[in-house]
Amino acid sequence: MEPRSVAIVGAAETTELGRVPGLSKIQLHADAALNAMEDCGLKPSDIDGVATAGEAPAGIAHYLGITPTWVDGTAVGGCSFMLHVRHAAAAINEGLCEVALVTHGESGRSRVGMDRFGGSPASLAGQYEAPYGLSGPPSMFTLGVLRYMKETGMTHEQLASVSVVQREWAALNPRSTFKDPITVDDVLNSRMIAYPFRLLQCCLVTDGGGALILVSKERARDFPTKPVYILGTGESVETPMISQMEDMTTSRAFRVAGSKAFAEAGITHDDVDHVMIYDAFAHLPIYGLEDLGFVGRGEAGAFIEARNTAPGGPLPVNTNGGGLSYMHSGMYGMYALQESVRQMRGTAPAQVPDATISVCHGVGGMFMASGTIIMTNSD
Amino acid sequence: MADDDYKGPVPVPTPETQDFWDGAKRGELRLQRCGEDDCDDVIFPARSFCPGCGSRSVTNFTASGKGKLYSYVINHRPPPGFGPEPHAIAIVELDEGPRMMTNIIDCEQTPEALVLDMPVEVAFTPITDEISLPKFRPAGG
Repeated sequence: MEPRSVAIVGAAETTELGRVPGLSKIQLHADAALNAMEDCGLKPSDIDGVATAGEAPAGIAHYLGITPTWVDGTAVGGCSFMLHVRHAAAAINEGLCEVALVTHGESGRSRVGMDRFGGSPASLAGQYEAPYGLSGPPSMFTLGVLRYMKETGMTHEQLASVSVVQREWAALNPRSTFKDPITVDDVLNSRMIAYPFRLLQCCLVTDGGGALILVSKERARDFPTKPVYILGTGESVETPMISQMEDMTTSRAFRVAGSKAFAEAGITHDDVDHVMIYDAFAHLPIYGLEDLGFVGRGEAGAFIEARNTAPGGPLPVNTNGGGLSYMHSGMYGMYALQESVRQMRGTAPAQVPDATISVCHGVGGMFMASGTIIMTNSD
Repeated sequence: MADDDYKGPVPVPTPETQDFWDGAKRGELRLQRCGEDDCDDVIFPARSFCPGCGSRSVTNFTASGKGKLYSYVINHRPPPGFGPEPHAIAIVELDEGPRMMTNIIDCEQTPEALVLDMPVEVAFTPITDEISLPKFRPAGG
């Protein structure tokens, strides 16, 4: 993709986040979509492209009253929206649509209008993973971390520091679910969920949604909002079975998506002002920093512990507070994208001064998939 | 005798995995090997081709059942049907190469007892008349 050929002109989250029992899943999509349209002065009839996950694109298009000429229902878990942004940029460049809407909504906490979770007992995961007493992501996504600790020497304290630093960012964000400061001891004394992971190393479970609207750079000039240009993109998948990752201490999908995005953007790591790394659990910023190439193998724990990613540090990461403290509906990627857009617009609650390049990196399906979107406000 | 206490999900074999589950019922851990001389990859879970080279020439064989503990978590919130006590969900790396998810039995479910890279050996647990789950225990125990 040609860097800067497509821009995000509309971006918004749902009016409320956290506990929203009065809205079903599809209405959370719609609330976010209407807010994004209002953000940039559009009506449903102005939109001709729809991408979404968690709902079928036909369901969202019809619910909102949109007649699309392009749809994308790529559903690879929480980073689906990074892939939608990438695919929407390609579709706009190819002329398949002019105004693309990407929506997310999830009643993660209240479970209003949600589908049932679980796969077929004849699937490979149903045969080779489900019978061993799993309790969802806290007992699965975390499975490689003891291996990582043995191979790199990362300490429990370093892993706990991820949650501490992100709570500091969350304290600067009025919409964060949790804002009270925590210490490494607080993290290491919180309730055990799945050793070595404790409660404060696991994400929130909340309700909410978000939506993005993308157009060509030429159309972007017509909008009242500051354009946020797509500079580079990448995506990949590895395996839907975490037990079958080729190496459980690093994500192949992260490495492929990240290196593709950096190459497309034509930037180096020194050019990056702001980073979002999808943090459903505390180890994900660690895997992300290493697999994206910001630090070397085994260095990320000490890097975070030394406050490099904290407020005032040289590489601000997860400035909204992240899935650990801000919000996490289940497919968090949309909220990471929203924070990158805010940082590029200069409107983030914890604004990074003079930031011009933001890297937004997502994971989906417990290391199944990955998407990386690099944005800039500089044309 | 099947474990009447087991209340968890029961695997449903497909044509490609039937040999694995037939083997498990007999107490054998079945894997596959690519038939191409220049590939020789060991394949798990079973399929009718080699994902390493694309060859459709694969043969099933009985593995050693030996491996080492690669990684794990100790789940402190077991799902319904798995009892109240924390239990380890483990990844074992087989001597033949593939890794698989499993539980470690005949072993305290603690970080002190579950030492990474310790040798383990397969032990089958029948959960129905047709399905036995491959679990692992410390080797030589």
